[in-house]
Amino acid sequence: MTKREKRSIIPVFLIFASAALIPLVDTGYWLSISISVVMYTVLATSWTLFSGPTHYISLATAAFFGIGMYTVAGGLELLPFPFLVFLAGIIGAILAAVIGLATLRLSGVYFVIFTLGLAEFIRQIFTWVQTTMGTSSGLYVLTDITESIIFWELLALAMLVFGLGWWIGRSRLGFALRIIGNDEIVAAHCGINTARAKIVLFIVSGSIASVTGALLSPRWTYVEPGIAFSPMISFQVVIMALLGGTHRLWGPLLGVIPFTLLWDVISTFFPNQTTLLLGISFLLIVYLIPNGIVGLVEKIYSNWISGNREQFN
Amino acid sequence: MSSSTRKNILRIRDAVKNFGGLVAVSKLSFDLAEHEVLGLIGPNGSGKTTMMNMISGVSKLSSGRIYLNGEDISGSSSHLIARKGVARTYQLVRMLPTLSVLENVAAGGAFGFSRRWGSDLEEYSRTLLKRVGLAEMENTAVDALTYIDQKRLELARALASDPKILLLDEWLAGLNLTELEIGISLIKELRKEGRTIIIVEHVMDAIRSLCDRCVVMNSGMKIAEGTPSEVLADAEVIRAYLGDSGA
Repeated sequence: MTKREKRSIIPVFLIFASAALIPLVDTGYWLSISISVVMYTVLATSWTLFSGPTHYISLATAAFFGIGMYTVAGGLELLPFPFLVFLAGIIGAILAAVIGLATLRLSGVYFVIFTLGLAEFIRQIFTWVQTTMGTSSGLYVLTDITESIIFWELLALAMLVFGLGWWIGRSRLGFALRIIGNDEIVAAHCGINTARAKIVLFIVSGSIASVTGALLSPRWTYVEPGIAFSPMISFQVVIMALLGGTHRLWGPLLGVIPFTLLWDVISTFFPNQTTLLLGISFLLIVYLIPNGIVGLVEKIYSNWISGNREQFN
Repeated sequence: MSSSTRKNILRIRDAVKNFGGLVAVSKLSFDLAEHEVLGLIGPNGSGKTTMMNMISGVSKLSSGRIYLNGEDISGSSSHLIARKGVARTYQLVRMLPTLSVLENVAAGGAFGFSRRWGSDLEEYSRTLLKRVGLAEMENTAVDALTYIDQKRLELARALASDPKILLLDEWLAGLNLTELEIGISLIKELRKEGRTIIIVEHVMDAIRSLCDRCVVMNSGMKIAEGTPSEVLADAEVIRAYLGDSGA
């Protein structure tokens, strides 16, 4: 561990610890917003683990998320909740492995479109199965899990994701991914099994999204494909991650917090124009802050440092 | 197989590469002995880079075989060939722009033939940077490097895995006269160390002073093989370079 990492452990721990107190202060609006913040933090951070270094933009988050949610909704009468969460992670991992093997040879826009199409495809299958074989358009998820518990579970998952991200960042795998993101041919000639490295990270990221969906299932007492597989989840995750910045582990968090709050305002005051406003914000972010808030902060910081130097010289 | 008493580390047998109807390399065979510096020369478009790409696994052979230490590597992926000890540079420099200069070198040493990690890798990368003359550049942004420095960095990256075979694809191209001297002396040092190298090159001075042996290609075929002075005096080689009227 470097000195800088050691110094940052205490503040990180304090942030998590104080976040854990939120349900004790308020169980209404602020808890609800906080759940969204932590949920998107987990999703955007794990999305960034894969898409940040490789620049493969995945729009399949909703597929993993929805599968996790349905694993819990469908299995709750038969199996205990913790086991279902675990199972959701496994199913998400398997799905990611299959998608990865099939598509990671695709590059750029082909990969983006494939993942978007796949998520929609899975949503349609669930809708079809539910309407033809089931008696209703959704499933009831009746548990005694409160919003406070969901929040703590998600917070623990967020800690896990950050820990994992930190570990990957300093591992050979993380280094390999950064090289792949720069130049895949050079990566292969350096001895990196590029396909394997990408698939491993895609699995990690997909599995986490499934677990997130599983943990959130009890929040909605009634789960239907339109909620579980909403493409808005995939888009929002990408926008938040890009807004925050994908080249730092804590980057997406800086996008999640302002965007979740902004989104709350938008959906309260303009409930019918959400998609339009989502599109506009996406354009603005990509156009105005291509390196995200992190990039902006770093630029200001380095300007400030060099400005100071000039003063002293 | 070869008259040399040294072990043949690489054997190319009837290598063929077709791109659609175009035959880029046609039934090419040659050997590379350990500690040998082999020049692969020929006019533009004669298939030299395609041959390098087949050795390093970027393009698959249409037919034929390549043996590395007796092992058939003709169908292997690039990363496996790299792990077996083949490292290369590129005709057009390929940098890793979001990585630091030091990390660019480390990239070559973390996953390849001989692997290092952590402070060991860092130290070794520093040694290589010093060796190619980039000791002071460790924290420079890659895109701020001059052309020769990028070439140097690429060489350091290729050396970082301590490869058994080094493929230099027009590593000297585009350098001015002083840079060329620096470049040639760098490769000379590698040669003195006993490295096994294949050089694709147009700079004849470099070929003469660096290569033990040359394979000359024209239109995908081998037209001559021998010491630099032998092949450069060969009538067919002169014809290939200068055209019929020149001969």
